[in-house]
Amino acid sequence: MRKLLALGLVGGLLAVGAQGVMADENAELVIDGKTFVTKLKAPADSPFDEILSGWRFRTDETQALQLDDFENPAMISAQYGEELWNTADGADGKSCADCHGDASESMKGLRAQMPKWHEGKKTLFALEDHINWSREEHQKAKPWKWESQEMVAMTAYIGLQSRGMPVNVKIDGPAQEWWEKGKELYYTRVGQLDMACSHCHENNYGNMVRADHLSQGQINGFPVYRLKWQGMGSIHRRFKGCMDNIRATPYKRGSDEFTALELYLASRGQGLSVETPALRN
Amino acid sequence: MRIVVTTALALLIGVSGANAGAMKPGEVKIVDGAVATPLTDQAGDPEKGRQWFLGRKLGNCLACHVNSDMAKEPYHGEVGPPLDGVADRWTPAELRAILVNSKEALSPDTIMPSFYRDSGFNRVAEQFAGKTILTAQQVEDVIAYLTTLKEK
Repeated sequence: MRKLLALGLVGGLLAVGAQGVMADENAELVIDGKTFVTKLKAPADSPFDEILSGWRFRTDETQALQLDDFENPAMISAQYGEELWNTADGADGKSCADCHGDASESMKGLRAQMPKWHEGKKTLFALEDHINWSREEHQKAKPWKWESQEMVAMTAYIGLQSRGMPVNVKIDGPAQEWWEKGKELYYTRVGQLDMACSHCHENNYGNMVRADHLSQGQINGFPVYRLKWQGMGSIHRRFKGCMDNIRATPYKRGSDEFTALELYLASRGQGLSVETPALRN
Repeated sequence: MRIVVTTALALLIGVSGANAGAMKPGEVKIVDGAVATPLTDQAGDPEKGRQWFLGRKLGNCLACHVNSDMAKEPYHGEVGPPLDGVADRWTPAELRAILVNSKEALSPDTIMPSFYRDSGFNRVAEQFAGKTILTAQQVEDVIAYLTTLKEK
């Protein structure tokens, strides 16, 4: 009996693995009747033929969770972000809404352009940097920690206002230097396993590494609810996970290195719809 | 307390025992894509090699390679070539070179880790710094196992 059970278990595991490979290739991401761009022909200077959202690499079951906002656990975080948006904070006793009004208008399109050069601070800003800058500058409030529940909720809520819009980051002007730094990082081997991002996500996307289906490493859905985390996480958290896996010392979340890499990755996904807040496994 | 001390001693002896006569990573020379001399005096054990091949914290070879000999194990990777019949394609000396330093033995661009190198890496996590992925004996054990994967 025990043997039978064990066999059943192995069979079940294999079935799950097989499903991972055989997710319907023609499935489309449609939320509230709106079709998202999860696949597009890459421009001539792209290393890809086709640009593919991470959504396309997930199993049918995981994909389905993102089709319905009531089932997508990431929406709970975005809702908390909305609450924070309307709550006064800091010495000046102002909420985001006091200055920026309706986020669906004032924040529309912002996520699609991040990371972005900040003229005042003369540096490249990730969305998190923008939020903390505004907290200090406009609310006289303490900055949030990069991976705090509040920060992730706020990036999810602000990102949601760009959902469905095409990723469109600027990589010329003062951002160019950052883009080049990000590109260099992308192709640099690190860690005891001695791999660069490109080895898995450019040369091997679509292949399985154990139970994981390698994607192109697109970041258009972040912050995401990740089943493996049983919670939300930032783009930089995901970078750290990759570096830990290849036994490298990760850069810090919010570091110049990760922000440069974020810009480079965003540029490789130009034209994909923003899916924030997405769901991945 | 005594148990702890004894265990620590046993571990020390065990470690030095395993390293006795082992070639250091820096001493291994790849000539014409091969390392003819085994890294240790002790012959590789294919049964152990099979375990290191599977071990997620060790070789974790199955993460990237299909291997029909392990058909009962779930989740075979697709990144590297299938290893069915690998012994028909490579000699043990060639397999040794590939395991020790894949970039030198196969191609500078390969994704495959080098399992017996301890330097020349970038930003290695502190706990792995200066260490090899497998010990010399584990490399020999894996070669002994791979040598059993024949189709002809």
